[in-house]
This record gives sequence, C-alpha cells and structure tokens, in this order.
Amino acid sequence: MVRLAKIAAIGAAAVFAALFVGWWQVDGPGADPAPGKRPMPLTSMDFSLTDQDGQEVGPETLIGHPSLVFFGFTYCPDVCPTTLSDISGWLDELGPEAEDLRTVLITVDPDRDTVETMAEYVSYFHPQIQGWTGLPDQIAAVAEGFRATYEKVEGEDGSYTMNHTAGVFLFDATGRFVSVIDYHEPREFAVPKIRRAMRDGTKGAKS
Amino acid sequence: MFKTFAKAFQSLSVALLMGLPLAASAQQMSEDASIVVEKPWARASLGTSRPGGAYLTVRNEGSESISLIGLRTDISGMASIHETSTNSDGVSSMAPADDIMIPAGGMIALEPGGYHAMLMQLQSALVEGETFPLTLLFSDGTELEITVPILGIGARGPEG
Repeated sequence: MVRLAKIAAIGAAAVFAALFVGWWQVDGPGADPAPGKRPMPLTSMDFSLTDQDGQEVGPETLIGHPSLVFFGFTYCPDVCPTTLSDISGWLDELGPEAEDLRTVLITVDPDRDTVETMAEYVSYFHPQIQGWTGLPDQIAAVAEGFRATYEKVEGEDGSYTMNHTAGVFLFDATGRFVSVIDYHEPREFAVPKIRRAMRDGTKGAKS
Repeated sequence: MFKTFAKAFQSLSVALLMGLPLAASAQQMSEDASIVVEKPWARASLGTSRPGGAYLTVRNEGSESISLIGLRTDISGMASIHETSTNSDGVSSMAPADDIMIPAGGMIALEPGGYHAMLMQLQSALVEGETFPLTLLFSDGTELEITVPILGIGARGPEG
C-alpha cells in the first residue's frame, strides 16, 4: 500500500515536471519572442564597435561562428554580474564543445564603459566572454538590430543607472537568430538552447 | 502566473537549503533570536566608483510580523534595498524597494534578480576574501549588525 502511494507520488511529480517544462518553453519565460520583436539576422546588421583588446569588431566578427550576445553595463550591481556568472557557468558546463561560440557583452553605457573598463570587467568572468563598447550612435545601431532597448535613469544622488533588455541572444553560425535565453533562466533550459544554436549553425553551413 | 510559480519554487528551494546543516553554521541572529539572518554575501567590486551588491535571507522567528526598513554600513555612503524587476519585454530595471514585510514565521530573500542591498558611494573597495559589517534596520527598532563575507565578482550565490 505504502509502495503504491510512493509510485503514485513519483508519477504525479513526473507529470508535474513535464507540464512545467512544457509551459516554460511555450508560454513561460523560455518562449521565443514574437516575430516582430526578434533580432534581425546578423547578416542584415551594420555596426562597428571596439572589443576589449581595442580591435574593431562588427557583425562579421560573429558570422561564421555560433554566437551568444547580451547587453549590460559595468555599473550594474545585480543583473549584469548575475548574467555574466550564469553564462560563465554554462560555458564551464559545455567545455570544449562551446569553444567555437563567440560570447559577447555589449555595453549600453558607452559614456562610462571605455575599452579599458570593459577589458577589466570581463576579465573576472569566463575567458571566452568578450566586452564590446563604441560610440553612442553605434550602440544605438546594435540595439536596433537586436530589437533591444535601453534607457538612462537618473538616480537620487546624481548617479544614474540603465534599464536594458536583459535576455541573452543566440545566433547560429550563419548569423540567423535562433533563440533567447531569458534573464536568470535555469541552466537546464539554457544549455540545450546553446547546443541548439551550435547545431543549427552546422546544418546551415552544410545546406 | 509566472511570478507565483517562481515564488513557490523559490521558497521550495530555500526550504530545501535550510534543511542542510551547513546553512545553520552561517546564522547570525538578534539578541532574542527572533530575527535570523542567513547566507549573507557580497560581490567584490571594481574599485569604489561602481555600486556594490549584497544578498542575504532574513527569517522572522518572532510572533509578530516585522518589516526590514533599511540598511546602514560604513563601507557605503548610501546603502539601501533595491529591487530588480524584468517586464514582459525582457527589459530589466532597478528601483529602491519599499519596506519589506516579513510575516511571523516567514522569511524574505535578497538574492540575484530580486531584492538586493545596493551599496552606493563605496568608501572602500569590496575585496574578495574580506568581510564588512552591515546593520539591518527593522520596523520595531531592532538593529541587527551582521558580518558579510565578500566573494568574487563572478560569484553566483553564498557558496561562491
């Protein structure tokens, strides 16, 4: 009898878990954005930024590799370091499998985030994570291509913070947008999405 | 829908964590043991020009509800509780939080992506491996000073 109850409980838990996963990926935070809000393919974007080593970079830096791109700023005390830590964890888990993945933080606060600042900031996270900055109009061009938004918010003490799109965008090696990983999405959902972006790229390259 | 789900999940995971004997060793409590603070941690900062962030959980073991109304620490010229929220378009923003009520027997978590102690105007850098004192101010006049360990910039939680 006790045994039967146990089996029933395990069964119920499994059904619940399956429902939760389904809900997450279809309607929940794991769902992909509506078509109008999807980033453009990287091949249709046009921007020029500077990476943490002072090199000029643009969409062409990413095309040919699967890529993971997100927006943030170094004066951000909560969301950005959390996202960078999450991504570092995903990259650790994927290991050599993700070697080809270009992983980039683009600042939405170019006034304060210089090349040197970005270099120091990203150095505290996974070595594969790059930090790009540039002129305000170029940052605006990137955000436009990604359909990302950002906004300066003045604080009480003369300082300011930035509201910004917190999702992590995934593109395959052909530059096609594959998926978005929402802020703080659990690793069990994030890592398969990255794998999918890496796989889609290979298929795209062959066809 | 998602919020309730996330909250339920959060309290579930916290409840599970609290079952671990490890968590008990990191407890710091008020004199009458009615307020218990667990798992405090802060991220190391890059110098002093950027705001720092710290996290912890507070349990109310008393018989009356109580509110966390503010923070004080010498390391910050302006310390307050902020809340991060992310809207349906995936845009995240941060704003000072109102007083946070903790019902009798309840708990609140300051954790990445939700409430956090925002340490503005840092007087000295938050250096990994060091600690600093942080005083939590409650609605009944209780002031509880705790010691916050500073973890790496890339830390994901109280365990690093």
